[in-house]
Amino acid sequence: MDTTSPKKTLKIQSYRQLGLVAFIVIICIAIQFRNSRFLTVSNLLDLLTDDAILCILSVGMMSVILTGAIDLSIGSTIALSGMTTALCVSKVQTLHPLVCILIGCAVGFLCGAVNGFLVAKCAVPPFIATLGMMDIFRGLTYVISGGRWVSAYQMPESFKAIGTAKVADVHVYILIAIVVFAVAYYFFSYSRTGRKIYAVGSNQLSARITGINTAKISWLVYIIMGTLAGLCGVLWVSKYASAQGDTATGEEMSAIAACVLGGVGITGGSGKISGLILGAVFIGILNNALPIIHVSTFWQNFIEGAIILIAVLMNFAVKRHSERATLRRRKI
Amino acid sequence: MSEYILELKGISKYFPGVKALDNVHFQLKPGEIHALMGENGAGKSTFIKVIMGVNIPEKGEIFFNGKKVRFRNTREAQALGIAAIYQHSTDYPDLSVTENIFLGHEDVSPRMKKIQWKSMNAKAQALLDRLDASFDAKTQMSDLSVAQKQLVEIAKALSMDAKILIMDEPTASLSNRECEELYKTTLKLKEQGVSVIFISHRIEDIYRLADRVTVFRDGQYIGTWDMAGLSKQKLIEAMVGRKIDQLFPKRKVPIGKEVLRVENLSLAGYFADVSFCVHRGEILALTGLVGAGRSEVCESVYGIRHPDSGKVYLEGKELRIENPWDAIGAGIGLLPEDRQQQGLVLNWELSKNISLINLDKYVKKGFYHIPEEKKDAQELCEKLSVKMTDVSDLASSLSGGNQQKVVVAKLLNTDLKVIILDEPTKGVDIGAKTAIYDIMCSLAERGYGVIMISSEMPEVLGMSDSIVVMKEGRVTATLKTKQADQETILKASMFS
Repeated sequence: MDTTSPKKTLKIQSYRQLGLVAFIVIICIAIQFRNSRFLTVSNLLDLLTDDAILCILSVGMMSVILTGAIDLSIGSTIALSGMTTALCVSKVQTLHPLVCILIGCAVGFLCGAVNGFLVAKCAVPPFIATLGMMDIFRGLTYVISGGRWVSAYQMPESFKAIGTAKVADVHVYILIAIVVFAVAYYFFSYSRTGRKIYAVGSNQLSARITGINTAKISWLVYIIMGTLAGLCGVLWVSKYASAQGDTATGEEMSAIAACVLGGVGITGGSGKISGLILGAVFIGILNNALPIIHVSTFWQNFIEGAIILIAVLMNFAVKRHSERATLRRRKI
Repeated sequence: MSEYILELKGISKYFPGVKALDNVHFQLKPGEIHALMGENGAGKSTFIKVIMGVNIPEKGEIFFNGKKVRFRNTREAQALGIAAIYQHSTDYPDLSVTENIFLGHEDVSPRMKKIQWKSMNAKAQALLDRLDASFDAKTQMSDLSVAQKQLVEIAKALSMDAKILIMDEPTASLSNRECEELYKTTLKLKEQGVSVIFISHRIEDIYRLADRVTVFRDGQYIGTWDMAGLSKQKLIEAMVGRKIDQLFPKRKVPIGKEVLRVENLSLAGYFADVSFCVHRGEILALTGLVGAGRSEVCESVYGIRHPDSGKVYLEGKELRIENPWDAIGAGIGLLPEDRQQQGLVLNWELSKNISLINLDKYVKKGFYHIPEEKKDAQELCEKLSVKMTDVSDLASSLSGGNQQKVVVAKLLNTDLKVIILDEPTKGVDIGAKTAIYDIMCSLAERGYGVIMISSEMPEVLGMSDSIVVMKEGRVTATLKTKQADQETILKASMFS
């Protein structure tokens, strides 16, 4: 019996990523022609620094999407954890920066745990559960702050230093993102739990019958997502030296876009860290480049959306082509 | 008018690298039931697709009523009155029976194109009556049983004025009683002059219904015979291409200590007071009609369902099983009935599927070891002689029987004491069936307690050491296979 050649499938998968790389290169060259400052070390470092938070978030989002679920509440989680941390640090000025980060992560952890509880234990559909929690977390942010901002002058220098610290000219946020990517790479490719996450997303029923605690897995991915969002909350507030009720509104959509661009299947079960990095960096490039080639702010959102759609459509076309090729090779 | 309503001559269909059909012939007389048989992968499905205009053959001619035709798509085949009922029914569960029957060719008023519900309902009801259906045309599709859904599919074909009806494994998921109903319906259609092409793996179906049978093997035409006077042995040989001296290779295994005991297990709405026990090396058949609660009992033992009362003992110790992972931890494995949905991750490699049940085994110093996973998978697949090119084949690329073997390989990759097989030979061809029976024997030889859920009487009698019969949620008979016969079991499953 003739069977699918695995090598061929692999090849097509890497084509898909190569396609995105090519797209990125073309866009970079085009931008470079419009503004020669684009491809300079300092601009690229700026670009990555601005992109770091999105990179970290997209890792969390990937783990959720891999199980076939979604998290719409992370923008609000960022706001809530950022606001909580900012309030703590404005009351106790001597708080160590690491403690601040821990506070943020803890708030995010709790937010994720609540989402996970609703999805895994109460069987609320992920979209609805996190849509509800999105409003609840956002509301809580306004409640604990009384609607007021926590501004730069209320924060100690040590806290604001998180957002400006550098190691040999490289911003510490970039380093944090690299560490998160590295850990995620290990986690998704070389750990049992990673394998289980893919299994749950590929075929939940089969995974359950095979003896995988599927509820625990979906709870876990929300906790990962929440904790990373909590971390990002602290990074966000420290970077802008200001905590506001409407911080990071809509950020979840950027994270989802990074995943989709990076080839993470929205129905779960497929996606790789290498693709995700490309997706997240791509969005960073769009965010950075459109202003410096003087595209009007009115057009920026439009163009971003269009480019994302084009990239995804291309992805789908390649995927369909590869599936057809697989089918054609199969004996009927 | 020609002798044949449909005739296919010298049909060949190639897929890249494969000859799916190689110069095959087929002749269908008006008003006959013509069985099409062959193992999985023999080319039956491709052949049906050629008749239906889904696949365009590279070579060969099709004659309809003696006139040469070419089908470029399904609509052209349908226009001539050819309709197919596929294995996996393609219904719309949220719509009514009428809507399902007329979807795509609704009655509309000539000018306003308004849908004529009244006349459609009446027509649908008339079609259902013609098939002796017991349900109303306004019933919602999701309220129907599998057998009833098939009637709707048949009615749909008739609504398009079908002269030729193709039925692809219609009895695969029906109970014995439902099969009887389907036989009646099919014979009735024949009386009304409809020609039927009937595909089935069940030899009983063929002998009950068919006038003639055509056998394919590996994409080639083997022959056409009149059913009258054709021996089962000969038919099987034609399909398999070799002599099968023994369909059931049951080997004698010394039966050891009790390994699993179920006592008074009850679950409201499904079963009550179910008790049985399995010993090491024993194959216990759990039989009865579909819907008697057999699968539900096993799912409760396995922790998918939670029984209201009753006890489960493993090697004399009472078990508390809440979830499948508890069950596997205790040493109970399940081969689910629906291997594609429940048993495998179809778009995964075989090796990944096989390791999924025991991931802990492959973690060394915090890193997952893929080479070891592949090595184990290779060994297990070889042991069960899975036909594959490599353990990195995707599960979806294997045939049904081989997929089933992979699910067994997965179960063998962890420490189990009891293995529950839910309809292990459903939808697999005869060659693969014998292989699965052989695997069951070797499981027993290795000291597992084996529970086999099965509706097929010959399999139950041929493979088991003891038999538990269920009817409507209760155990109606517990027998030693040596003392059992078909009649006792039938009585217990239908009339007690």
